[in-house]
Amino acid sequence: MVSLPTALDTRIIGSRDICWLSAGFLLASLPHLLRMPIWLSLLTVGIAGWRLLQLRMRSKPAAKWQMVLIAAAASVGILLQYRTLFGREAGVALLVVMLALKLLETRDQRDGMLLGFLGFFLLVTNFLHSQTIPTAAYMLGCAWLLVAGLIGMQYTGAWPGWRQPVRRAGVLMLQGVPLMLVLFLLFPRIPGPLWGLPQDAYAGLSGLSDNMSPGSLNSLILSDAVAFRATFNGKIPEPKDLYWRGPVLWDYDGKTWTAPRIVQSTNDLPDNGTQIEYTVTVEPHNKRWLFALEFPGLRPPRSIATRDMQLLSFTPVRNRIRYDMTSSIGTAYGADDDQSLLARNLRLPPDSNPRTSEFAQGLRKKFPNDRNLVAAVLAHLRNENFVYTLSPPLLGEQPVDEFLFETRRGFCEHYASAFTVLMRAAGIPARVVTGYLGGEVNPVGEYILVRQADAHAWVEIWLQNTGWVRVDPTAAVSPARVERGIASALPRTDVLPMFVRGDFALLQRMRLTLDSVTYTWNQWVLGYTPDRQRRFLSYIGFSEATWQTLAFVLIFCAGVAILIGTAFALRDLRGVREDAVKKTYRRFCRKLERRGLRRDAAEGPRVFAQRAARQHPELAAAVAEITALYIALRYGGESGAERMQAFKNRVRAFTA
Amino acid sequence: MLPAAGSPSLFGALKNGILEWMFQWRGPERGTIVLVQRRVFILPTRQGLLFAGVIVLMLIGSVNYDLSLGFILAFLLGATGIQSMLHTFRNLANLRISPGRVQPVFAGEQVQFQIRIANQARLHRYSIGITSDKKSAVYIEVPPDEEVTATVAIPAIRRGWQRPGRLTLFTFFPAGLFRAWSYADLDMHALVYPAPAAPGLAMPVAEAGSGDGGVRGQGHDEFSGLRPYRPGDSPRHIAWKAVARDDTLLTKQFSGRADAELWLAWETLPPAMDGEMRIAHLTRWVIEADRAGLPYGLRLPGLTLPIAAGAAQRSDCLRALALHGLAADRA
Repeated sequence: MVSLPTALDTRIIGSRDICWLSAGFLLASLPHLLRMPIWLSLLTVGIAGWRLLQLRMRSKPAAKWQMVLIAAAASVGILLQYRTLFGREAGVALLVVMLALKLLETRDQRDGMLLGFLGFFLLVTNFLHSQTIPTAAYMLGCAWLLVAGLIGMQYTGAWPGWRQPVRRAGVLMLQGVPLMLVLFLLFPRIPGPLWGLPQDAYAGLSGLSDNMSPGSLNSLILSDAVAFRATFNGKIPEPKDLYWRGPVLWDYDGKTWTAPRIVQSTNDLPDNGTQIEYTVTVEPHNKRWLFALEFPGLRPPRSIATRDMQLLSFTPVRNRIRYDMTSSIGTAYGADDDQSLLARNLRLPPDSNPRTSEFAQGLRKKFPNDRNLVAAVLAHLRNENFVYTLSPPLLGEQPVDEFLFETRRGFCEHYASAFTVLMRAAGIPARVVTGYLGGEVNPVGEYILVRQADAHAWVEIWLQNTGWVRVDPTAAVSPARVERGIASALPRTDVLPMFVRGDFALLQRMRLTLDSVTYTWNQWVLGYTPDRQRRFLSYIGFSEATWQTLAFVLIFCAGVAILIGTAFALRDLRGVREDAVKKTYRRFCRKLERRGLRRDAAEGPRVFAQRAARQHPELAAAVAEITALYIALRYGGESGAERMQAFKNRVRAFTA
Repeated sequence: MLPAAGSPSLFGALKNGILEWMFQWRGPERGTIVLVQRRVFILPTRQGLLFAGVIVLMLIGSVNYDLSLGFILAFLLGATGIQSMLHTFRNLANLRISPGRVQPVFAGEQVQFQIRIANQARLHRYSIGITSDKKSAVYIEVPPDEEVTATVAIPAIRRGWQRPGRLTLFTFFPAGLFRAWSYADLDMHALVYPAPAAPGLAMPVAEAGSGDGGVRGQGHDEFSGLRPYRPGDSPRHIAWKAVARDDTLLTKQFSGRADAELWLAWETLPPAMDGEMRIAHLTRWVIEADRAGLPYGLRLPGLTLPIAAGAAQRSDCLRALALHGLAADRA
């Protein structure tokens, strides 16, 4: 490029800038440092410390071979630790160590700026682990710090102190906010991922699974994590109707219930019963289930409905997704299911739980009517001292027998499992349904918050001419579980996650407000997906727009945002505001001008006053007085409202 | 990059034409140059392009891992970068550049051009560089409503009038992502005296005063100093006391209008010597004569400066030598 002073764009930067960059780097990588293996964290902090020590001791910079050695050793270490260099975790670890080494090498502005830029990238990697409001605030702070560091490197003159660059960075970023908003809302979102994600990308997501064995729900019930939230268009239904249907488990091997591998899809969804409309926002759980109240009346986009009324997304739910739903509650479905299907729901492994089978056949003889039999079993559970607890005794080889006739202590999955086995043994088709029960009504945001702790298992049985109906044996034992949630159903001594118990009103209120804010954040910030963007665009009137139109809208809005930024930036180019002293003196000069006395540009006030006195001796006294006041106020370093007022009054009273 | 005069290639001529049109190079301008918006140019620096690359990487990462906050951070930093462009621009815009003082120097030295830069805005202008050769720069900062003077050193190559040429004012402030620059071709001149010749050829001897000297007397009344004896000095002026003391011949010098007249003349130099060489020798003699405090006159083809002494005489003579044979005006 011609005419650009390229040789002048880099300078050696001082220890002040290096310290600032080190601080920015360490703060940006702090969340990683706390997560990484300890040796990597120590290595990173050690390298940064070495650099600072070099500055302090004014010692020689690290030699090239030393850096190559450290880089190679760290790479090998990471390879051994993570078994790869390219996974998400390994990649981040490598980035952190390499940035520390870059810090060691940084001498001039060019390196310093590169380090700052890579620091920005490091901030983004933090979002792989957390995208909560506190994380966002922390990372924003780090970005601010880094921008201030970049600006700090640009001062060529006397150092103005750190407040200057920090303030300027804040101003720059604030002025960038309008453009940021436009880009966030309108920049075309491409659905990811662009390439295959490393296998560890979705580690650590919790949720229901496609099987249930004794104790498997237990870990969920102890989790505070949010499963989904639902906003109702009308009144929120009664707690007893809030059965959120998830995986349906058909097959039993004597211990574990599993969902069928092959599902049959259907378009025949129930539309009788009470219709409830609501919107669900599901947290990522890396499984395909979408949750709806029993029974779903429609199919969310990009999903199927199965014959057993599950909603399955085409792909595992790895992002927060949102869908509108209508449910029919208080109804049944599948009255016309054929015999082969029902036969599968009668199957029990041979020789398992013999006492239960015997008990069921005894009941069958007593109650030929299915409904009566069910009522009898529920009455048995209610009356025979069954206890609802999260810490049941361990069960052996015949778990249902042991549970029903010996321990009699368990929670939903024990009851559901035992009840289903009893029904099948008595010849009534039955299966286990898992999902969530209830949820917490958030009065602040007017929605229901369902946590993993609300996980539940119940049963559905098939009745002639009616179809599949829900039976919840847990309700027979512990009606409070259904009516008031899990916290009220358990004895005090059972351990429950903190957020599920609502002991203190203020605390409860605070966490509900907090969750409402989080909900809004999730909806509008984190949940702004390509889908959501489309909906936003159609909301502002571009429903079926071509990409040309969208590009035009984007460019137009970005242009407006940049103009706003320009207005802010160029505001300060205007002249210095004239102070009151100067302004008043000017007024005095104008008065004299009317008398034919024009002050020359090079004429000082004193000289001008003398000339004025010579030409108009009758004004001499007033002119001298005003000039003396002006000189005292402007050059004499004097101030004070009183004197200023006197000056103003004299000028006002002056008539030439 | 100055447009090379008489560039041989067509491409070079074309390039210069385009540059002249684009950057409005229009030769020296009189008075104050205001860096109005049309005169301030701006382009991203290499660091700026690198920054854009990192932003793109951040966006790709955000798409791939579906990180909404990644999008927000990338957009925020991108918008900050664009905003920094405006800040870089405004750091230079509307500055007022005017010529300051400049002292004459000898060829081979550096002319110290003083450039006055006034800031009438409310904005503190930080880190403004001024360069004439794109290799080295002076940096200044101009507080609001103030004027500062920057000194730009430019090598003085040959005698005569010298201009600072097209100066480039530039700034990377605040973020270093953009470079704003502007050109100022100030109508100011420095007088460059000829470079004095190396010592060797001795100064001419003072001649006897012509005519009027006798009337006013010999002017022997004021002793002004001693100088080494040169062949032809009157024996009456030899400082015999000094000879007795130091064993060196010294000639007494007397100030007095009617004393011998020292003429530094073009024609006394060897005929074989070329013009520039003669000027170089005359320059050295003027400096020596001035240092010795002697009155002297300068005779050049077509110009004679009468005998006098002192700073004014020195600068008159050096100026005459600097401009000898050149157009006297500052074209």
